Amino acid sequence: MLSELRQFFAERSVLEVETPLLSHSIGTDPQLEFFTTEYCLLPQRQTLFLQTSPEFAMKRLLAAGSGCIYQIGKAFRNGESGRFHNPEFTMLEWYRVGFTLPQLMDEITELFAALFREQSLQKTQRISYQAVFISYTGLDPLVFSYQDYCVFARENQIADAVAICGHDHALWLDFIFSHQVQPYLGENALCLVYGYPACQSSLARVNKDNAQIADRVELFINGVELGNGYYELADADEQNRRFDRELAIRQQEKLPVTVKDQRLIAALESGLPECSGVAIGLDRLLMLLSGSVSLDDVLSFPIRRA
Amino acid sequence: MATYSTNEFKAGLKVMLDNDPCAIIENEFVKPGKGQAFSRVKIRNLKTGRVIERTFKSGESIEGADVVDVEMQYLYNDGQFWHFMVPDTFEQYQTDEKVVGESGKWLKDQDSCTVTLWNDAPLAISPPNFVDLTITETDPGVRGDTSGGGGKPATLETGAVVRVPLFVQIGELIKVDTRTGEYVSRVKE
Repeated sequence: MLSELRQFFAERSVLEVETPLLSHSIGTDPQLEFFTTEYCLLPQRQTLFLQTSPEFAMKRLLAAGSGCIYQIGKAFRNGESGRFHNPEFTMLEWYRVGFTLPQLMDEITELFAALFREQSLQKTQRISYQAVFISYTGLDPLVFSYQDYCVFARENQIADAVAICGHDHALWLDFIFSHQVQPYLGENALCLVYGYPACQSSLARVNKDNAQIADRVELFINGVELGNGYYELADADEQNRRFDRELAIRQQEKLPVTVKDQRLIAALESGLPECSGVAIGLDRLLMLLSGSVSLDDVLSFPIRRA
Repeated sequence: MATYSTNEFKAGLKVMLDNDPCAIIENEFVKPGKGQAFSRVKIRNLKTGRVIERTFKSGESIEGADVVDVEMQYLYNDGQFWHFMVPDTFEQYQTDEKVVGESGKWLKDQDSCTVTLWNDAPLAISPPNFVDLTITETDPGVRGDTSGGGGKPATLETGAVVRVPLFVQIGELIKVDTRTGEYVSRVKE
């Protein structure tokens, strides 16, 4: 799988890069827990972070004029362990300068066609978040109706959602999507879901024609989430505001403090080229390629035996 | 009683849910790459036996349930209560029809079984997977009957009725699978 990936990018003249796993700052996303470690350069002691994804470092390279790049490397997310999660995992991340999101989706489709040629996947499906959400639930994900969402939860044996989600629209979307939509996505096919609600934009640009949605895409096969891509946010001020907002949420929820990555903001200020990028979990990909049912089947030593 | 966070959920863990003792059957960690993590749990209500699915936000905790399985000897049924004893301590427990339920028909005096205690009171009784019981009533067999073909109902000493092959006779000891209620074999005494 790794050699095929490298060949795929070599043919397209995308440069392989390597960025640090240890860094002075880390993403502020309140949903991602990180590992910290102590750096002793006596007499100084510093806290360093293990990267939850290589995204910031790779964007700094892009801003410095690297051109199209990809990386295969480790990423670390604290507290994530389960059938489809291991706190240390391998990620493929690539950026295409000048690509819009639909162009990147074409390339993702080509990559999967190459990787899965022996599994004969069905034709790749492309569907908007709004359309797929409505088709499985009848609810509009872009317009939050507390009443309708509650009625839906009670009628579909997920009444716990009412107490857990309250009036938090984004949380409702996470709950309903992961319980009632995602399990059915991409039956023996790659399913690309695009146009995420703006409240789940993460590091994606808000769509220029429709402020309700973000130019973000997610990849699914057989109900397993495989990756996440964006038409990358290049606006330093907007990025700064999103950091501040997430830091405020972190403070509110008493989550571990982080510092915002000033070097990323500086890179964006100096100018990130127009680009789209996507990250794919390679352990999960290998799991699907080999017909396994759990990450443990493809990891040499899952965390509890590492 | 201790509380358990979603990270500690695993099959077999006994917890309190809606004021009933429950056992976790399966726990799945669900987390969108960019989103809230949940624990999706299949859980059995130990009082009713019903299996339900529940979801918890990652990091939530719930109270543990003081539920233990104890091997006991079934003593006797006095018409209203069923009596059990822990062989090591001679400690006795009694419980009624509601708790014993279907398991009662497999219990023979002096046989051992598993009693599930919740706050030290019997919550459920599980017979061994296989029990040996004597047939007290069944139609007489006819010469030429073999293991093939049909079968007939037989009443056992505990009152349970199972289907047995035609050649099995009154007074014989047979082995029964209590999970399916099916005849397994004859037993030599």
